[in-house]
Amino acid sequence: MKRTESPFDDWEGREESDADGSAEDGAGADGATTGGDAMADGGAVGSPFEVVSQYEETRRDRYRKLFDAYVYAPISIIWRDWRARIGFTIVLAYVLMGTVGTVIVPPTEVVEGPALAQPFQHWEYPLGTDDMGRDLFAQTVHATQEMLKMITAGALFTVTMGTVVGAVAGYKGGMVDTVLSSITDICINIPGLPLVMVLVLLLPIGGNPYVIGIILCIAAWGGLARAIRSQVLTLRQESFVEASRAMGIPTRRIVFKEIVPHLMPFVVINLTNASRRVIFEAAALYYLGVLPFEDLNWGATLNLAQTGQAHVRPQALHWFLVPMVAIIFISIGLILLGQSLDRVFNPRVRARHEKTTSDAGDDAEEESTTNPDVMGGGL
Amino acid sequence: MATLDWRIRRIAQSVFTVWAVLTLSFALIRMMPGNPMGAMVAQLESQGVDPVRARQLVELRMSVDPTKPIPIAYVEYMGSMLQGDLGVSTYYAQPVAEILAQAMPWTLFVLSWSLFISFFIGISVGALMAYWEGGKLDVGMTSWAILMGSIPFYVMAILLLIFCSYRFGWFPTSGRAPTGVPAGVNWPYIKGIVHHAALPVMSMLVASGIASLGMRGNSIRVLGSDYLRVAHLRGLSDVTISTQYVARNAVLPMYTTLLISIGEMFGGSIVLEKVFQYQGLGYYLFSAFNQRDYPLMMGGFMVITVAVVIALLLADMTYGLVDPRAGGQHSETY
Repeated sequence: MKRTESPFDDWEGREESDADGSAEDGAGADGATTGGDAMADGGAVGSPFEVVSQYEETRRDRYRKLFDAYVYAPISIIWRDWRARIGFTIVLAYVLMGTVGTVIVPPTEVVEGPALAQPFQHWEYPLGTDDMGRDLFAQTVHATQEMLKMITAGALFTVTMGTVVGAVAGYKGGMVDTVLSSITDICINIPGLPLVMVLVLLLPIGGNPYVIGIILCIAAWGGLARAIRSQVLTLRQESFVEASRAMGIPTRRIVFKEIVPHLMPFVVINLTNASRRVIFEAAALYYLGVLPFEDLNWGATLNLAQTGQAHVRPQALHWFLVPMVAIIFISIGLILLGQSLDRVFNPRVRARHEKTTSDAGDDAEEESTTNPDVMGGGL
Repeated sequence: MATLDWRIRRIAQSVFTVWAVLTLSFALIRMMPGNPMGAMVAQLESQGVDPVRARQLVELRMSVDPTKPIPIAYVEYMGSMLQGDLGVSTYYAQPVAEILAQAMPWTLFVLSWSLFISFFIGISVGALMAYWEGGKLDVGMTSWAILMGSIPFYVMAILLLIFCSYRFGWFPTSGRAPTGVPAGVNWPYIKGIVHHAALPVMSMLVASGIASLGMRGNSIRVLGSDYLRVAHLRGLSDVTISTQYVARNAVLPMYTTLLISIGEMFGGSIVLEKVFQYQGLGYYLFSAFNQRDYPLMMGGFMVITVAVVIALLLADMTYGLVDPRAGGQHSETY
C-alpha cells in the first residue's frame, strides 16, 4: 500500500465514507487477511484477487483524493467555523493592505494635513494625522508590507529550524541528538528579548525586514524543536517507519517524507504563533527605539507618539490608538486562524463538534487512532 | 537510580547552559562592532585623560583587556564572573552586581504577582468555558480571551498609563515606591509599593487570555476522553469527576506553559519597566542598552539567563511531584 499516512486520513476517509474509493482501501486489507476464511466458507466476501480488481485508482483519482484531503476538506471545515471565517478575512485584509494597498494609497508626507487632525473628520486623512501632519491611515497601510515580510521570514525560520532540528535530533539519536538537543536547550533557556536586543545592537542589520524577522525568532524555535523531537521519538517506533527503514529508504527521505507530514498540524499551528510573536516583538523593539527605523511602521509610530508626549495630550490619543488597533487586529486574525486550524487538524475536537457526521463507534475508533499529543502542544 | 541519574544530568545541563551564556557574552563583548573599548578610550582621551590612564580605566570597567591573548582574557573573565564580579557600570559608576542586586527584588515582586494572577484567572475562566462549551457564556468569554490574547502587554500598559494615571490620576505615573516615605515595614510605604506595582501587574493580565484558551482546549480534550465515559458509567459523582479527573488532567499541561512564561516575562520586563519607569532589572538593562553600558548590559543579560535557567530547573524537578506519570526518564516538561 503506497498510501502515505497522514492525520487527515482518519476523518477524511469517513467524511466521504463509501461513496469514495478510500473506504475500499480498508476493505481490501480486510479481504487480504480474511481471504482464506472466506474461501472456506464459500461466502460472499470473495477472494483477495477479486477485491483487488474492484479497486482501481487512476492518477486522476489520486490527485482528486489528495486535493480533497489537503485542500477541499480543510477549507470547507474552516468555512463552516465562524472564527476561521473572521480570521481568514482579517489576515487576507492585511495581505491586501500590504500588497495592493501600498499601490493605491500614496505614501504620506510631512504637513500633508493639519497637525493632530482627529480621525473620521476628513476624507483625505480618515484616521487623523500625527503632530507633523502625516496621515495615520497611510502610515498604517505602508507599514503593513514591511511587517508582513518580517512575519514571513520569522515564522518560516522558526518552523523550519524547529522542525528540521527536532526531527533530525529525534530520529538520529546518539551523538547528533546530544549536540542538537544541547543547542535547543540553550535557545530555550536564553531569554529571547534581551538576546535580540544585544544582537540588534551588535549586528549591522540596517532596515532589512527579513533579517529582523529572523533575529526576532532566533531564540523562539527551541520550544518547537523540543516538541517535535519528542513526537519523533514516539513516531520512529511506529511500524510504517520501521518498514521504510527495512526497505532501505534513506534517512532523509524517511524523516521528511514519512515522519514530518504527521507533524504538519502542529507545525502549522506554530506558524501562526510565531507570526504573532514577530509582530509583538518587532513593534515592542521599534516602540523602545532599539531598532532603527527610516520608514514609519506600527511600532515606530508608537515610538513617535511616546516621544511626542501623546499620552498627556488628550487630543493626540488617536496617534497611539491607530497603530495599536493595527497590531491588535492582525493578532486577533492570527489567533482565530490558529484556533480554527487546531480544530481542522484535531479529529478529537472535531468529533465532539460534529457528532452528526460520525456515530459512536466511529468516534471511539477515531480516538484510539489519533495521537492526542501530536496536536496537544499549541500554546 | 534512574531518577537520580536524570536529575544529575538535568543539573549538569543547566550548568552547561549558564556556561554557554557566559561564553556567549564574552564573545559578544569581543565581537562588538566599532570596538566599543577603543571608542571609550577615545572618549576619555577627548575629555583630557592621559591615554595610558584612559586605557587602564576602560579595561577596569569592562573587565576585559584587549591586549591580552584571548584564551587568557577568557579565563580571567570567567573567573571574575564566577566570583560575582560583573565589572563596573560605565554609566552609573557603580559595581554592576550592586545595581542588579537592588533591582532584582522589584522585578520578582511584579512578575510573581503577574504570573500568579494571570494563571489563576486563565485556569478558572478556561475551565468554565469548557464546562459550558458552546453556550452563550463560552462564546462571550472566548471572544474576551481572544481579545486579551491579541493585545501585547505593552499596549495594555500604555493604555492603562494614559487612562488610569494621566487622565484619572488613580495610580502613580512612574517609579516603584512612594517618595518622601521612609522605606521599611510601615503601612504607607507598603501601600505605596502596591500602588506603584498595580498597573504593571494589571498590564500583564493580558497573558490570562491565551492561558484561558489553552485551558479550555485541554479541558475539552479531557472531556472527550474514554476514561470520563467510564467514570460516568461507574456512577461517580460529578464533583469527583470534575475535580479528580477533568481538573487534574487539564491543569498539568498548563504547568508547562507556566514555566515557559517565566522566561518570556523576564525578557518582557524590559519593555514593561520602561513604560512605567519602574526601576527593576529591565529598567536598568534598558538604560544600559541606551547608554551602551556594556558591563551592565552583560550583567543584566546574564542575571536574567541564570534566573530563567534556575526557574526552569526547579520547575523540571518539581514536575514529577505534580504529575506522577512524568517521573523518571521521560520527564521532559517543555
